[in-house]
Amino acid sequence: MSDPITQPSTEAPPVARRRTTPSILPLSLEGVCFDARGKRLIHDLTFTLDAGPRTIILGPNGAGKSLTLRLCHGLLTPVGGHVAWEGAAPGADPLKHQAMVFQRPVLLRRTVAQNIDYALKLHDVARRDRPALIEDVLNRTGLARFAKSPARHLSGGEQQKLALARAWATKPEVLFLDEPTASLDPAATHAVENIIQTMHGEGTRIVMTTHDLAQARRLADEIMFLHKGHLMEKTPADEFFDAPRSGEAAAFLKGELRW
Amino acid sequence: MNDISAAFVTALHLLVTFDQNLVEIVGLSLRVSLSAVALAVVIGLPVGAALALFKFPGRNGLIVFLNALMGLPPVVVGLVVYLLLSRAGPLGVLGLLFTPTAMIIAQAILVTPIVAALTRQVVADLWVEYSEQMRSMGAGPLSAIPALLYDARFTLVTAVLAGFGRASAEVGAVMIVGGNIDHVTRTMTTAIALEVSKGDLALALGLGIVLIGISLAINAATYTVKQRAEAAWA
Ligand SMILES: Nc1ncnc2c1ncn2[C@@H]1O[C@H](COP(=O)(O)OP(=O)(O)O)[C@@H](O)[C@H]1O
Ligand SMILES: [Mg+2]
Repeated sequence: MSDPITQPSTEAPPVARRRTTPSILPLSLEGVCFDARGKRLIHDLTFTLDAGPRTIILGPNGAGKSLTLRLCHGLLTPVGGHVAWEGAAPGADPLKHQAMVFQRPVLLRRTVAQNIDYALKLHDVARRDRPALIEDVLNRTGLARFAKSPARHLSGGEQQKLALARAWATKPEVLFLDEPTASLDPAATHAVENIIQTMHGEGTRIVMTTHDLAQARRLADEIMFLHKGHLMEKTPADEFFDAPRSGEAAAFLKGELRW
Repeated sequence: MNDISAAFVTALHLLVTFDQNLVEIVGLSLRVSLSAVALAVVIGLPVGAALALFKFPGRNGLIVFLNALMGLPPVVVGLVVYLLLSRAGPLGVLGLLFTPTAMIIAQAILVTPIVAALTRQVVADLWVEYSEQMRSMGAGPLSAIPALLYDARFTLVTAVLAGFGRASAEVGAVMIVGGNIDHVTRTMTTAIALEVSKGDLALALGLGIVLIGISLAINAATYTVKQRAEAAWA
């Protein structure tokens, strides 16, 4: 019996062992615009994300946080400008080194373990290597006892933990999270934040949206503040909460800019 | 009245003694309808999935065509297949008219649209829900097809059962392309339709009871599958 949590071993756990690929970072966006139904929703987005800090994208509802994450992750194609993974080897698929967790977890109509297995299969992990990885992330997220349960029978918090476990198993270099705790209670929020912190500690680049100021204070190294589809500032977290550079951010911090 | 009760008693006798004639007719009917359903699954699943996931020229036309086929009376399908397979028709050289193969073809044409249309619906709905997550994990619509069909498995089973229901209950198509030839192409429905007028009420009643049983079994299976799916996968 080997339990990766309680039995320290000289060998790294299976998840950590898989990190062998060179970095795809930095991610650079240049002049990225996005329209829907003839309306410009994202304006001239330009920034670079290097390896390291936890970036929290902050802003009122409708500011364009979700659109920005999807543009970075490649789920949306910009109508103008460029999104580039500058470290990615030519011909390599940068998507293989990223994962995304959505506000409402999207789980397959299968068991908890099978949900992770499918993600590993898509990441070309050999069938014989999958059970150990699955067991490991289920242990780390406290879901081991649900391994054979239908995923969609889990509570909201457990479903989100499974979405994180599924992302974790593929050992992403960059993890995008779109308001992952927006529909969770405080206990589940705490558990999800802990998992995010652990993944950050293991070297996964965290890029997360929230409209929850307290959460941003807990997690952020760096804040990107969005307002009406414009990036108002990209500021170290201490500085941002102390003295934001933009008037809109100041208003948001005072609670004057709710929606 | 006496005639009817006597026929009913004889029908029951045919059933419990596994009358050879009756068993042969039931066997042929099941063989034809099950083969037609198998063919419909092989064609209908990929066509339905493609219609759900891809835009291609003629897609809308194909959807309208499939929906129209779903509502088509079996006699019309029988007529078309008859014209295709008759000696003067384009496929006449195959010599398939009045054979079980002709009946399988006709019933497959009746069932394929049901399987394809329901597959299209369930896969399209799943794709709306899954597409961002799937693409995030690196699966495009093409590579997601097996997973989508698997996750739609309960709905697809009910589609197949509905298709089998339509095939085993129809009489018009198999009558026209099969011809109700004794020991060759006589099915339950054609036997009932034609033997009653010839006075063999007992055989017709016995086959009618079998058909009622099949219909009940299909509905019970559909109900059970739906219950289990809802219980397990919400
Ligand atoms: N597909 C779409 N069509 C039209 N408007 C959209 C679409 N997606 C997002 N929007 C609009 O773009 C704005 C930004 O959306 P979003 O990025 O989801 O905001 P949030 O910061 O709350 O995540 C919102 O006003 C939203 O209504
Ligand atoms: Mg959002």
